[in-house]
Amino acid sequence: MTSSRSAWVFAWALLAPAIIYVLIIVAWPLVETVRLSFTDASLRKVVNYVGWRNYEKIFNETFLTVITRTFIWTFFSVLLKMIIGMCGAVLLNAAVPGRNLFRILTMPPWIVPMAIGIFMWGWMYNGQFGMISGLLQRFGIVDGPVAFLAYGSTAFWATIVTDVWIGVPMVTIYFLAAMQAIPKDLYEAAWTDGASRWTRFRRITLPLMAPAIITMSMLSLIATFNSFDIIWILTQGGPSGQTTTMIIDTYQVAIGSKKYGEGAARAVVICIFLSLFCLAYFRVTRRLHAMDKA
Amino acid sequence: MALFRKDDTPMIDRYRWWEIIGIYAGIFAFLFFMLAPFIEGFLVSLKPLAQLFSTPYSFWPENGSFAAYFTMWESVPGFARYIFNSFLISSVATIIVLLLVVPAAYAFARFSFKGMGLVLAAFLAVSMFSGAVLLIPLFRLMRTLGMLNTYWSMIVPGAAFLIPAAIWLLRTYMMRIPRELNEAAYMDGASQFYTFRRVILPIARPGIIVVAIMTFIGAYSQQFIFALTFNSKTEYMPLPIGLYAYFGKQEVIWNELMAASFVGIAPALILIFFLQRYLVGGLTAGAVKQ
Repeated sequence: MTSSRSAWVFAWALLAPAIIYVLIIVAWPLVETVRLSFTDASLRKVVNYVGWRNYEKIFNETFLTVITRTFIWTFFSVLLKMIIGMCGAVLLNAAVPGRNLFRILTMPPWIVPMAIGIFMWGWMYNGQFGMISGLLQRFGIVDGPVAFLAYGSTAFWATIVTDVWIGVPMVTIYFLAAMQAIPKDLYEAAWTDGASRWTRFRRITLPLMAPAIITMSMLSLIATFNSFDIIWILTQGGPSGQTTTMIIDTYQVAIGSKKYGEGAARAVVICIFLSLFCLAYFRVTRRLHAMDKA
Repeated sequence: MALFRKDDTPMIDRYRWWEIIGIYAGIFAFLFFMLAPFIEGFLVSLKPLAQLFSTPYSFWPENGSFAAYFTMWESVPGFARYIFNSFLISSVATIIVLLLVVPAAYAFARFSFKGMGLVLAAFLAVSMFSGAVLLIPLFRLMRTLGMLNTYWSMIVPGAAFLIPAAIWLLRTYMMRIPRELNEAAYMDGASQFYTFRRVILPIARPGIIVVAIMTFIGAYSQQFIFALTFNSKTEYMPLPIGLYAYFGKQEVIWNELMAASFVGIAPALILIFFLQRYLVGGLTAGAVKQ
């Protein structure tokens, strides 16, 4: 290598453009959000410093309900993504003819423009014309049409199902890759000892995939917590606010009502949660990494 | 095309017939969940309007036709423009991301100095703060820069959130390029920059192409919230927002909307079939090694 000083200068010169770009577009807005959360900024020209007033204002019962709902929404969405993703990976790992084609066919929800996939779900949930209500009636499971997006409880689950649908392909492919990285001789040894297929899955596959499952759960948790498009397109947070998560709530206050200060205070609360998830993610991956080395 | 390879999976004990049936049943149920919206959307695009609004619900199109695929160009105004906009926005965003990410990924892959680990972690953290959280200052920033209601309002913030994943992927790829290549170049008296440009870049080209494709797909499929918030001009709308705006109107011609959606996702679907190998490889490159 050449002198380490010139290498140092060169490396930082390569990094500088990306760092500056991200500082302007992400880091500065992050700081600005915190600053705005202490002001009464809106469309008006005059902006006053208001101290903690925005925070005092938002910590009411409605906001606490929104926080709780966001966590429940995220929890079930991530849980279902992990379960369905694992089932998908196991099925697509089975040595049956056609599996390469099946693997390709899992990818569309991940690759097509998200909004368009969601439009199609919107139509499926439609009570009068949609496939789900139509088929349920056909098979006599329900009596009349069910407008899934018109009632709080069904709309809540409908948005979760769509979020799961978008997240599953990536989880499945990731799990599939992790599954194939497990040494084959482990399975052969277990098979020689007479372990059944289920025992092999429980004793070899699951434990060895724990790092992949944990990593994916954390990443999925962050993505799901941030989910905006799905709820906005399907319900805009309705009916009567029953699918309003923190992101949707913030958008409605900040962009919808142009209350930038109050919106920023909500965004700061979201950022605090995200930072905690982020820290947890880094700690977990570092610990897994250390375990790998040992 | 080899549909299945035996060495991929331990073929220790053979499947019994009922297990094979179970596997196929499971796979078809799984794929049905993944493809149901597309099946429904496609069937709707074939159905005549009268059938859509008639009860009881019928699954298969009666007197189905591809008519909607021809009439939609007029009923969904500006459709061709939306597609063009989507391609333009995604392409420019991809170019920006590549210009920033290729040098940065190389630096992360080859050099290690104090603070670089922290910078890498910071880049990853960035991807976790979605644009939705930062909309207020971004809106004001776009306004200050005079970018509201231009293509740039969707390109500039969009690119920022595509950078972390691109860096991560490309760094993993570049770490596999042997260090000896650098050393040989230095021995020959090449400068750092010359080595990067003339030795590393050509070798890294396949990796750069994969990252470009992933970034383009990401940009094409995730341009909703910035477009919704920063642009209200029809002529600059990308496809998702264009269709969303059409959605909000009173009389939606559903079969034509679904036909338009299908034309809009066709490029992505075609890409999958050609590029699925790279996509899977790219997605899992950083994953398994962690």
